[in-house]
Amino acid sequence: MLLTVNNINVYYGAIHAIKDVSLEVNEGEVVTLIGANGAGKSTVLNTISGLLHSRTGSIEFMGSSIAGMAPNKIVQHGLAQCPEGRRIFLHMTVEENLEMGAYTHPNDMAENMARVYDQFPRLKERRKQIGGTLSGGEQQMLAMGRALMSEPKLLMLDEPSMGLAPLLVEQIFDIIRALHKAGSTILLVEQNAQMALQVADRAYVLESGRIALSGSGKELIESDSIRKAYLGG
Amino acid sequence: MSLIISQLFNGLQTGSVYALVALGYSMVYGIILLLNFAHGDIIMVGAYTAFYAMTAFHLHPIVSALLAVIVSTLLGVVIEKVAYTPLRSAPRLSLLITAIGISFLLENGAQLLFGADTKSMDVIVPGNVTIGSTTVSYAAILTIAVAVVSMAALTFLVQKTRLGKAMRAVSEDMGAAQLMGISLNKTISFTFAIGSALAGIGSVLYLCAYPQASPTMGSMLGLKAFIAAVLGGIGSIPGAMIGGFAIGLLEALVAAVGLSVWKDGVVFAILIVVLLVKPTGIMGHKVTEKV
Repeated sequence: MLLTVNNINVYYGAIHAIKDVSLEVNEGEVVTLIGANGAGKSTVLNTISGLLHSRTGSIEFMGSSIAGMAPNKIVQHGLAQCPEGRRIFLHMTVEENLEMGAYTHPNDMAENMARVYDQFPRLKERRKQIGGTLSGGEQQMLAMGRALMSEPKLLMLDEPSMGLAPLLVEQIFDIIRALHKAGSTILLVEQNAQMALQVADRAYVLESGRIALSGSGKELIESDSIRKAYLGG
Repeated sequence: MSLIISQLFNGLQTGSVYALVALGYSMVYGIILLLNFAHGDIIMVGAYTAFYAMTAFHLHPIVSALLAVIVSTLLGVVIEKVAYTPLRSAPRLSLLITAIGISFLLENGAQLLFGADTKSMDVIVPGNVTIGSTTVSYAAILTIAVAVVSMAALTFLVQKTRLGKAMRAVSEDMGAAQLMGISLNKTISFTFAIGSALAGIGSVLYLCAYPQASPTMGSMLGLKAFIAAVLGGIGSIPGAMIGGFAIGLLEALVAAVGLSVWKDGVVFAILIVVLLVKPTGIMGHKVTEKV
């Protein structure tokens, strides 16, 4: 087991946002966490990343507890998050953004950058350009490339398809498939359940902060309740 | 003509000090959105350090200057660790009030230790150079040169080094920077250290212009540097440099036309005008939120 989240409860002040959530990710898997807007998907990822804290339970990554650890230490352990809304550094160049992604791995930066440029040739063309001048799709590629710069053992992607045109959404999911094929382990948070379930080995459905359903991607695509709730009939 | 040129040098000399101090305000604001009102008093501590190093211990001015920079840097980092770090998730107003409290603490502490009177010393860098009919003091030339070199070094640090880039990343998006594995505590401490070191340099240059120290010397200097930072665009490093020189030159201009008494008033009027007309300052950009 690469990641084991066991029974976490997260609060925003008095609001109980995440209720008894448990989930697992095995090495080499693509696992997706789907659910409606506001279900708590990003909260789960941010708790794993150490930006938020659970009052109960445990979070184990590669056999050691990471709950309560500072976010930068968690990245050092090999857990990278590509946050919702991309959050690239808009005033920095593409190359500087990638350098920031390599902050915990300065020694292998050149190799990793070459690898990311291979995966995203568009970024190489634009490497001296300021992040804010990129298109939405390019910004998403940069955000993903940046997360890959730390050689993560688990990559968490938060809504990578958000706000992108359908053609670009296809492209982003192609990249996720390619990463999967190359052996990456991915925890994917998505509102686009249809696309997410197609690439995922396994899936969890989050409803109002609780895991409502889980199963293989295939099972969930075929399940009636999912069809009604998330896939439009 | 010669009067104009020597006033220009005067303006650039005080402007250099304002710019160095304004950088500290702007960098700290850029990273934790705090108007660090204790920043001016760090200059006061730096000035006392250099003052006593030279007068009581008879150290060489360069050694004294280094000492002042070291003491200022340590003080800035200690203040951040003791007073501001525990309040990182507190409302911004609490931070601001704490900064004002630290300022009072330093001013009154200095009064207790050194007495409330102004302490004077001999001129540190004596002499003038005369070119044609224009006379410029060595102190002015030295001050401008030191300030320009410090700013060039700062620009290199922020643009090209790993820690400098991390600083820019944290000031742009603290959460995303943490997800990159950047340590907030280290980066913020580093920012305070650099800002306070620049204040330390500023304090020695200030002593070169006015060879005296008093417990409240940092408050007016600090306020004017703060106005320089706002004029340049708070949070912007080049803005702080431009703002500092602009305020220094403006003061010299006001003095040159015979309105010395109005100097401070004009500077504060600038603050009001900037806040009314262009609150983001010369180099600042509007904070837009992308949804």
